[in-house]
Amino acid sequence: MKVLVPVKRVLDYNIKARANAEGSAVELSGLKMSMNPFDEIAVEAALRLKEAGHAAEIIAVSCGVTACQETLRTAMALGADRSILVQTDMELEPLAVAKLLRQLILREQPGLVICGKQAIDDDSNQTGQMLAALLGWAQATFASRLDFTPGASRVEVTREIDGGLETLSVALPAVITTDLRLNEPRYATLPNIMKAKKKPLETLTPQALGVDVTPRLQLLRVAEPPPRKGGVLVSDVAQLVDKLKNEVKVI
Amino acid sequence: MTQILVIAEHDNLHLKAATRHVLSAAQALGGAIHVLIAGFGCESVVASASQLPGVEQVLHCEEASLAEGGAENLAQLVATLAAEYTHILAPATAFGKNWTPRLAALLDVAQISDIIRVDGPDTFTRPIYAGSLWATLRSSDPIKVVTVRPSAFEAVPETGGAAPVLQRPGVPDSRLTHRTGLTLTHSSRPELEAARVVVSGGRGLGSAENYQALLEPLADKLNAALGASRAAVDSGYVSNDYQVGQTGKIVAPDLYLAIGISGAIQHLAGMKSSRVIVAINKDPDAPIFGVADYGLVGDLHTLVPALTAAL
Repeated sequence: MKVLVPVKRVLDYNIKARANAEGSAVELSGLKMSMNPFDEIAVEAALRLKEAGHAAEIIAVSCGVTACQETLRTAMALGADRSILVQTDMELEPLAVAKLLRQLILREQPGLVICGKQAIDDDSNQTGQMLAALLGWAQATFASRLDFTPGASRVEVTREIDGGLETLSVALPAVITTDLRLNEPRYATLPNIMKAKKKPLETLTPQALGVDVTPRLQLLRVAEPPPRKGGVLVSDVAQLVDKLKNEVKVI
Repeated sequence: MTQILVIAEHDNLHLKAATRHVLSAAQALGGAIHVLIAGFGCESVVASASQLPGVEQVLHCEEASLAEGGAENLAQLVATLAAEYTHILAPATAFGKNWTPRLAALLDVAQISDIIRVDGPDTFTRPIYAGSLWATLRSSDPIKVVTVRPSAFEAVPETGGAAPVLQRPGVPDSRLTHRTGLTLTHSSRPELEAARVVVSGGRGLGSAENYQALLEPLADKLNAALGASRAAVDSGYVSNDYQVGQTGKIVAPDLYLAIGISGAIQHLAGMKSSRVIVAINKDPDAPIFGVADYGLVGDLHTLVPALTAAL
């Protein structure tokens, strides 16, 4: 079984996002970019399936600017066998990404797609579900555990839901999206980073895949939320209780 | 003419409070509002929904394949109803997030996730980058598929309306997924996302035993829901459904007590809209104090029992 893992290049987890001077976009120039953390978990999940003998090949895919090659090299340094970049300078919405992925999946015929549940830039939480819909496949979002039985036509997926955990029996092929606690991703070792430079990286375009990626949403403005008023330090419990009772009257 | 379909969240027995928050966003849009109850054996939910104020019609779809709220069948059902509507709204909870993008793709429209403000019939504001920024977006699609952050909109009252109920046919079971297990945390406390007071603990508590011993008596005194930071969940103090933050639950109670939580931006994303925030932490430089209305620096092992005793 082939496993396809989409990976997104996003502003690094540790950097606070700011709007540009015009308030028309997020300021990204010159800032450190990294693989979306949920996609690292997806790559790790695919690697563990391969190590357990359930997956034969792992294909990493990224959609976006030329620099997404770095994200794909990271995925290959972690252990993906090859990768595909759908290169475009257009802003891609989740629906457009899902359509691009669908075309690649029709060509590659993977038995499983593992995505991060959301990207930490736009926090949309859409692409995996949209892809499953476009393919008519089963989906299992917010996965915290995967149980594969060799040769089975279904996989058991435990999902994090409001109020607890749900386990689904999911028909293959399927799209699974990863939650935080599915695994702890490994780090790439230096020898593997070197090896990844020699792994195949194919570049395509949306046009070559016949997909219209025109945005459906217009970004009117990006702004900092209204700041919270600065608080005060209280000296002891008695003062805190007094403030809560008499100043803000919440207890 | 604005025609809105709100998809209710429920467990076949009770209407979840999130639905009433979504209705408030629907009312901000203006126009006719219908509510869909899709499930199995969910008559009591239909009865609750028909009493909600401002609802013109309740659609009731009764089908065994909809009992578990699975994404494949539900998205397919809503897609068959969608042509009559300009807006389809659902809560941005684990329930809504699961199937709405599937619907949007079936309709070939963009989804606008997790809105916190309605700026117009086609314009919405939503947080991005863990709430560090707010983006205002305009949709050019004929049908707007929108998920609503419940805590950003006041809930409408439970009663006041008397909407007629219309039965609608279901869809065939896709058989793509079925539930084989369900583990729910049973708690007598208020629901985390609906609670007026939330007591939340972080890694500073040190252990699951301390979390229970220190926070439960405090939560009992305040009739509060219990929450946690990602660090506390990852350390095994409590289960995943306690997590407040960018990728967990988003809460905005009247009072949020952050105990032993340093205040990573991902946690702040889930609670910084709370009306009053109290932080107790031994590190005076912890970022949580930057958003707290009242901060208490010191050892939580003595301060928390003292607070519980003083209430």
